[in-house]
Amino acid sequence: MFASKRLSKELSKLHDKLPPGITLIKADDFTEWLMDIRVIDSNPLYQDEVYRLKFVFSQTYPIEAPEVVFVKDEDHPIPWHPHVYSNGIICLDLLDRQGWSPVHNVESVCVSLQSMLTSNTKQERPPGDEHFVKHNKQRPKDINFVFHDNQV
Amino acid sequence: MDSDDDFNSSQMSDDEFMGGQDSDDSLGDDSDYQDDVGFESQDKDIKPTKHAYEVDFKVFNPADIQSHQDKQVSEVSNILGQAPEATAILLRHLRWNKERLIDQYMEKTDEVLESAGLGETAQTHPPRIEKVPGFACDICCEDGPDLDTFAMKCGHRFCVDCYQQYLQTKIKDEGEAARIRCPGDACNRIVDSKSLDLLVSGRLKDRYQELLTRTYVDDKENLRWCPAPNCVYAIECSVKDKELKRIVPTVHCECGHYFCFGCSLNDHQPAPCSLVKKWLKKCADDSETANWISANTKECPKCASTIEKNGGCNHMTCRKCRNEFCWMCMGVWSEHGTSWYNCNRFEEKSGFEARDAQAKSRQSLERYLHYYNRYANHEQSAKLDKDIYLKTEKKMTQLQNTTGMSWIEVQFMDSASQALQQCRQTLKWTYAFAYYLARNNLTEIFEDNQKDLEMAVENLSEMFEKPIDQLKGLKVEMMDKTAYCNKRRIILLDDTAENLKSGNWEFNVQIV
Repeated sequence: MFASKRLSKELSKLHDKLPPGITLIKADDFTEWLMDIRVIDSNPLYQDEVYRLKFVFSQTYPIEAPEVVFVKDEDHPIPWHPHVYSNGIICLDLLDRQGWSPVHNVESVCVSLQSMLTSNTKQERPPGDEHFVKHNKQRPKDINFVFHDNQV
Repeated sequence: MDSDDDFNSSQMSDDEFMGGQDSDDSLGDDSDYQDDVGFESQDKDIKPTKHAYEVDFKVFNPADIQSHQDKQVSEVSNILGQAPEATAILLRHLRWNKERLIDQYMEKTDEVLESAGLGETAQTHPPRIEKVPGFACDICCEDGPDLDTFAMKCGHRFCVDCYQQYLQTKIKDEGEAARIRCPGDACNRIVDSKSLDLLVSGRLKDRYQELLTRTYVDDKENLRWCPAPNCVYAIECSVKDKELKRIVPTVHCECGHYFCFGCSLNDHQPAPCSLVKKWLKKCADDSETANWISANTKECPKCASTIEKNGGCNHMTCRKCRNEFCWMCMGVWSEHGTSWYNCNRFEEKSGFEARDAQAKSRQSLERYLHYYNRYANHEQSAKLDKDIYLKTEKKMTQLQNTTGMSWIEVQFMDSASQALQQCRQTLKWTYAFAYYLARNNLTEIFEDNQKDLEMAVENLSEMFEKPIDQLKGLKVEMMDKTAYCNKRRIILLDDTAENLKSGNWEFNVQIV
């Protein structure tokens, strides 16, 4: 109830107008949405690529942060970033309990991720990516990330 | 075992009791705790009243904890000239470090208040619920002149429904209390208890209070909750983390649970916490599977593929790299000349290293299994403790009925069962301890002590299985054996703790 009321308002706003580089792909219900983002500035790491984001909302959204991951398919790679694991899991304090504020919304998350990519210059994965991707069975929100550097 | 009767219970009663007189650094006045460490530990060495393996501790009930907390709040409140609510927030903000708070407060009042979420004085404007014209809630996107809204000093205003929903999630689902922040983006203001009172009620408020009390214990280095299910007591003990390689601080809660103050696991004397962690990890992960593999398989000397020989002759051809070698000596097959299928080149050098490596891992596996089997055996017995205990109760009632003994007279069964449980727990950990022990002249004494305790335990355990009609006649002997078990346990623990404290043990791993 709580989540759907807010999400329906967000949806009508998204239909109205979207920031450049952000597209609404699928929002059939109030549990899972797909969004595409693209880096506008010319950054050689992300040239001509479109990334697909999956949002999963709980009943208590926006009190609780949505679960946001990059999804990989034929047309959508996982972007290079020292905070993005190769399975699409994103380590960003905004999406964590500590950093999330109910004032954020789908659009602001997309914009944040967009700018996170824009400012990145490293073609890197987080340390321990291979091991994490192989062994992680937790859902993103249950992982205790340590946000040790806010530079990137 | 008549000669052992010298060790009877009368001897231990006076020194077994652990005096509480020197554990008076109670919650209230630990102000100069940090500076006192040097003196305190000296003090402890002089006092002969307790055993080397025992530590001083105090048990507190929830009311104690609350009153200590209140006392500190009112004390600091007077010094700072702040309201108790604000003081409580400040104290929690600095994790109950009173001195640090007072220092920082005196130095940079505004900064401290701001970082604790108390910027500007709240006294003049008590929090209240308002209707604000033209307001739209950023959380639910509702608007309307009739909407009840709330904002703290920071001015981030949301509708009351959303605020309540937010607090409920924080308190109920996330178990937060002392550090719930304003829902506004990047706002660090803490929701104070006055605001909270206004917004939530009933059970949620009770839960909030409960969590606040919990943070007090969580934040204090010298306090720890008893980990037993549903236990409400907290233990105070002055053993610091850095002392844990020299002391194994087993404490005994009011609820009856024995646990380690250092790591909250069940009593694991004599093994220090870091060894316990290593041991449990070793038993849990598959490092021993790897050991089995290296003990029972061989690696191709060329490409290192793992090979298990399940029959056939000694002439091996690696499936992967086509290397031909001899299974017996691991040397290259071409060196074997014409002595096909019968390796008699045992001393040949090319196979020496490979054999050596295998022998080593086989030995290491055997060593581990030796200790693990004994550890697991005592653990298994400890798991049956409950059964034993229930059986004991039944036996005690039967004994009362068949022999006309009184309840008091059959208590020896209960003591015996308890002694058994405790001794098995200790024995179990002696094996983990021994696994990491490097041999020196002390290990022999340790092993003797271990053997003695184990024999005493098995003797007592055996008596336990006797039929009811024989039990009455065994009472005195059983009491003696119980006392003997306890005595042996104390001797073992004393010896290990003493040597741990003085750093006499040598371990084959790094202990931190």
